[in-house]
Amino acid sequence: MNAAAGIVAVVLVSVATLAIGTWGLRFSRTTSDFYVASRTVRPGLNASAIGGEYLSAASFLGVAGLVLVYGADMLWYPVGWTAGYLVLLVLVAAPLRRSGAYTLPDFAEARTGSRRVRGLCSLMVVAIGWLYLLPQFQGAGVTLAATTGAPLWAGPVVVAAVVLVNVGSGGMRSITFVQAFQYWLKLTALLLPAAVLLVVWMQDGHPSATPAEQSAWDLPIAGDGAIGLYTTWSLIIATFLGTMGLPHVVVRFYTNPDGRAARRTTLFVLALLGLFYLLPPVYAALGRVYAGGLADSGHGDTLVLELPGLMLSGVGADLLTGLVTAGAFAAFLSTSSGLSIAVAGVLSQDVTGRFVRGSGSPVTAFRLGVALAVLVPAVAAVGAPEVPVAKVVGLAFAVAASTFAPLLLLGIWWRGLTAAGAVAGLVVGGLGSAVSTAWTLAERHPTGWVDALLAEPAAWSVPLACLVMVGVSRATRDTVPPHVRRFLVRLHTPEAVELDRG
Amino acid sequence: MSDGPQPPPQRVRVTGPARSATRRTPLPRVGEIDAATPVGEIYLASLLREQQRLAVVVLGTLFLVLGAVPLVFHLWPSLAAHRLAGIPVAWWALGVLAYPFLFTLGAFYVRRAERNERDFAALVDAGGEDA
Repeated sequence: MNAAAGIVAVVLVSVATLAIGTWGLRFSRTTSDFYVASRTVRPGLNASAIGGEYLSAASFLGVAGLVLVYGADMLWYPVGWTAGYLVLLVLVAAPLRRSGAYTLPDFAEARTGSRRVRGLCSLMVVAIGWLYLLPQFQGAGVTLAATTGAPLWAGPVVVAAVVLVNVGSGGMRSITFVQAFQYWLKLTALLLPAAVLLVVWMQDGHPSATPAEQSAWDLPIAGDGAIGLYTTWSLIIATFLGTMGLPHVVVRFYTNPDGRAARRTTLFVLALLGLFYLLPPVYAALGRVYAGGLADSGHGDTLVLELPGLMLSGVGADLLTGLVTAGAFAAFLSTSSGLSIAVAGVLSQDVTGRFVRGSGSPVTAFRLGVALAVLVPAVAAVGAPEVPVAKVVGLAFAVAASTFAPLLLLGIWWRGLTAAGAVAGLVVGGLGSAVSTAWTLAERHPTGWVDALLAEPAAWSVPLACLVMVGVSRATRDTVPPHVRRFLVRLHTPEAVELDRG
Repeated sequence: MSDGPQPPPQRVRVTGPARSATRRTPLPRVGEIDAATPVGEIYLASLLREQQRLAVVVLGTLFLVLGAVPLVFHLWPSLAAHRLAGIPVAWWALGVLAYPFLFTLGAFYVRRAERNERDFAALVDAGGEDA
């Protein structure tokens, strides 16, 4: 592989990202710009930005690799990640926008009227955010090493630096343009090579893969028997419900002008994600024919990067390799930016804001928050041993589904939720999912039911968290905050009706 | 919160749903909701119930249809070998058809949810005269 193509691609993407971010800077002046782009982003632009932010390395590189190695059951990941937006649309999009809060902890405090719930939520946003950032940074290292031969620490350093400059200087307003650009870049970077490679495959007389174990590869269940069925269903629950609990996903909804726009944006996102996710399986199927070695070695993550070089040679291969490298790098940058904003928003409200006072302090606090949000996982990514990317992202989804999903669901649709109920449910769901995944990361040879239950905890941890939340709320029903009725009115009444929303 | 020294106010920060500029005196039925009278409670409860029913229908369809896919392949594994136009059926289902299905469900939901809200707005705004 030609190192120059990779280096040029990475430099171009980084420069374009910084340029667009600087251009967007002209519009960023107030604190509100920094956190939520002053809530004036139109659905088309906002949907592109959400797509740009959401399609991380796991989507761009991971899905094709997983499908190549494990087969059709891995198609549940992209389907679940898209369906998560449908669940979000139906259950939380419009009410969350109308709640008028900046971040998840803001929402939790407004709903339960408790500082304790707020603190717990802040802690979880930061934990989930860092958990999700770590594999992004490490993935950047692996990508840069594979395409340019750079040392493993180079990727995290470049990504952290670009994110730090961009988010720190322009906040949410300028990052909206950057992320919208990055969605279309990622789509092009996957679509164009896929089209060319399909033509090459046709010209080769469309060869098919060796039929050995083909039907097992085509079976959309993760494993044999009842365990396979359980694992697949649990994965469905984790991805369908986890999306609404991811901090960087939720924070974008506050940038919509109103509840109606929030719904239209989400519908737009469904279309954009569906379009994008048609492509990774094409790479996996072609990889099955041309990159059998990658499938056997189990290292599928570099499939998208290596396939052009395996199927073509000369300038064409270099160009396409450069293009997919650019797309992959855009994926690292945009997801890291979104996560950093979400984490920085929480940190600046609850941590750094306490140390910085005086004029301009909210913006200063936000910038300090960004530095903290980026540097901790970046240092961890360089220092820590490599973690399996798909597993850690899966953990983030399971934890989000077991904590924030029940909180949002019950907080928006049920009057009876109390502060004590929220805390109990968050703790049980968070501990349950976190302990299972720690166990799974440590366990080398999973066998049997116990390992299956702990490897995909969502199917039991989500209902458990909901039950605990409802049960404890019922037991403490005297403490339902008095403003709940008014709050629910505000969440569900369309903006056209002129209520006293105070 | 802090805007530094006060330059000419070119920029207005909006921290909630836009309302103050166009504020009229609340209409009678809106007032019922604000005042949490039994009638207001009924209006709001009816909106919530409509939206909840819609959510159950849409999410029920989602989980039943997609949740059935693993079960079908678990019960009839030989299905995986079937091909349509050279592509195995599982790939058609999860790689292609799932996405238009999700979008259609979403579009259906948005249309119905907005209709529910319009009906609600008409109900409370029409208030005054005939109440």
